Amino acid sequence: MGKTADHSDLQTRPETGSGENRVNPTGSRPQTWELFSHMADIGIRGTGPTLEDAFEETALAMCAVITDPALVRPDLPVEVHCSAPDSGLLLVDWLNSLIAAMSERRMIFSHFKVIITDDKLHGKAWGEIVSPQRHRPAVEIKGATLTELRISRDADGLWMAQCVVDV
Amino acid sequence: MDLHRVTRQSETEWHIPATGKMRVPGVIFATEELMREMDEKVFEQTSNVAALPGIVKASFAMPDAHWGYGFPIGGVAAFDPDDGGIVSAGGVGYDISCGVRTLITDQRLDDMTPPRKNELANELSRVIPAGVGSTGRLHLDEDELTDMLQGGAQWAVSHGYGEPGDLHHIEEGGRMPGTQPEHVSQQARKRMQNEVGTLGSGNHYLEVQYVAEIFDQAAAAAFGILSRQIVISIHCGSRGLGHQIGSEFLREMAESASAYHLDLPDRELACAPIRSPLGERYLGAMRAGINCALANRQVLTHLARQAFQTVFAAASVQLLYDVSHNTCKEECHQIDRTESTLFVHRKGATRALGPGSPQLPPEYRPVGQPVLIGGTMGTASYILAGTEQSEARAFSSACHGAGRAMSRHAATRLWKGRQLVDELAKQGILVKCPSLRGVAEEAPGAYKDVEAVIEATDQAGLARKVAKLLPLIVVKG
Repeated sequence: MGKTADHSDLQTRPETGSGENRVNPTGSRPQTWELFSHMADIGIRGTGPTLEDAFEETALAMCAVITDPALVRPDLPVEVHCSAPDSGLLLVDWLNSLIAAMSERRMIFSHFKVIITDDKLHGKAWGEIVSPQRHRPAVEIKGATLTELRISRDADGLWMAQCVVDV
Repeated sequence: MDLHRVTRQSETEWHIPATGKMRVPGVIFATEELMREMDEKVFEQTSNVAALPGIVKASFAMPDAHWGYGFPIGGVAAFDPDDGGIVSAGGVGYDISCGVRTLITDQRLDDMTPPRKNELANELSRVIPAGVGSTGRLHLDEDELTDMLQGGAQWAVSHGYGEPGDLHHIEEGGRMPGTQPEHVSQQARKRMQNEVGTLGSGNHYLEVQYVAEIFDQAAAAAFGILSRQIVISIHCGSRGLGHQIGSEFLREMAESASAYHLDLPDRELACAPIRSPLGERYLGAMRAGINCALANRQVLTHLARQAFQTVFAAASVQLLYDVSHNTCKEECHQIDRTESTLFVHRKGATRALGPGSPQLPPEYRPVGQPVLIGGTMGTASYILAGTEQSEARAFSSACHGAGRAMSRHAATRLWKGRQLVDELAKQGILVKCPSLRGVAEEAPGAYKDVEAVIEATDQAGLARKVAKLLPLIVVKG
C-alpha cells in the first residue's frame, strides 16, 4: 500500500495561498475534496491518484467543515503517526489525530502530507492558531466516525477516501 | 419512512417485528406525520441495535429520532450484563453526557427591558467562552483533572463554582460514581486542560428564555416555574475530553469485536461485553466523561449566574434541573415482574423518571423528573415531566430535542447567517455568535418542528408537557 517510507517528503513546507477553488471534483483535477450530506453531521471525501493523496484531500475537506482553508496560513507544522489493521481504520486514526492536535493546540490546518507504509501512516499538517475574527470558524469537530467509512479505487486508478465527522 | 415496513400499535407507537438476527422488536414512538418524515436509516439502525447481544425488551427510538452512527440519535437500548449484554461507545456518542440544564430566576419578562436585554446579551457573550479555539478560565494540572473527573459538579462547587444547593437538582447528585480516571488517556486529558467551563460550538448554546405557557400547574408549582418568568438554559457536554474518550474506545471496540466473537450487523455498532476488560475500562472512562460534562455545565452556570446578577443585582438564579442525553447508566428496571440491573444506553434521549422515584429530590417526587428539551434559535424549548407510564414505555426515557430535518450542508444553501440574525432580532431574539456560517448551519428551519416532537412525546406517555419556553437571547459558539 502506498509509497516507500522516505520521510524526507514530510520536510517540504507547502506552497501557500494558491487561491484555487478546490471544492467539487472535476475531470481535469483528479486530486480534490468535497463534502457530502449526513443528517446530523457532515460527510468528508477526498480523491487522488494515490491513497496518500486521497487521505490528504480528506483532511482538507475536514478542515473546510470548520472554515475556508484558503484563510488558514500554513505556518506551523505538526507531525502525527498512527497505525491500523486496515486502510479504513487508518483514515479514521489519521483524522482523529488531526482533530486532537487541533483541539489541544487551538489550531486549524490547511495543508497536509501523508506517507503510508503497510499499516503505518506518517503525516504532517501545516496550519495556524485559530483566530475567531479572521477564520470565523463555523463548528468544531468532535470525531471522525465509522459512518459511511469507505476507501476505494475506481477503474481509472483514482483513490477515494470518505467518512462522516461528528460535529 | 415506508410505513408498510412497520406495524402500528397505537396513535404514537410503531413496531418493527423481530426478524433475521434481531433478538427483540424495534419500537418507534412518533405520530404518523413524524413517521413519514423520519429517514429510513432510523428503521435500519433501530433494527441493527435490536440484534446486539443481551438486549432486553426492545430497541427504542424516540419521536425526534434521526440517522446517527450505529445507534440512531434518539435511540434507547438496555442490556443485561448477565446475558452477554454489551456496552457501546457509539451508543453513548462522541459527546459523552451532552445535556441541558435550566436555571430559574426571580425576574419576569416585564423586567427584561430592551436596554437590560442588550446589556445582558453583551455580558453573557463576554463571560461565556464559546466557539472553536476558546478556552476557559480554569487551567487544570494532572491531579486537578483527576479530581474533576471523580467529582463532577461536586468538584466545581467545592472550588467555588456554584452553590451547594445546585447539586440536589443534578442527576446523580452532580457526581457520577464508578469512575476510573486512570482509563482516560493523556490525549483526552490534554484536550481538557483549558476547556472546563466552555460552551463549544455547533448545536450547543446558552439561552435566556421566558416561560410562555404553562400546561401543568401542579408540576410547574413543584418546579418553581411561573408564567412570564425569566429562565436560562445551557446545552453542552464533556468537550474535548469526552470526544477523545468516544473516539478512542469506538476505535478499540471496532478492532476488538471479532476477539469477543461479536457478529455485528454494522461496524459502527462497535461494542464490547459489559463483563469484559474493555467494557469495564470504557464504563470507567465514560463515567469520568459524565463528571467532566457535569463540571463543565456547573462552571458555566456560575458564569451565567454572575453575568445575570451583574445586570439584575441580587437576582435569584436557582438550578431547576440538569439532564444528560448521551449516556450509558446502570439502572434497576422491572422485567417480567423481576427487578433487573441493566445498562441503559440513551443516545440523544433523556432519562424521564416518573413520580415517586426515590432518585428524585423530595420536592419533585410527587410530579416526576423535570425533562428539559432544547429547541433551536427562534423556536420553543420545553419543560416536561416523567410520567407513571415512563418506566413501562421505554425504561423511563423521552426525547431530547427537535432533531435535525436537514443536513448542515443543505442549511447553508438555504439560509445566510446575517439574514437569520437580523430576522431573529426583529422577533426580539438577540443572537451572539462569532460565526455567521455557524448560525446558518443551525437555522431553526433545519430542525424538525419541536412542537410536533413534544406532542408525540406527550401523547405516547413518555413525558408530559409542563411549560413552554421562548428565547430572548441566544449565545452560541
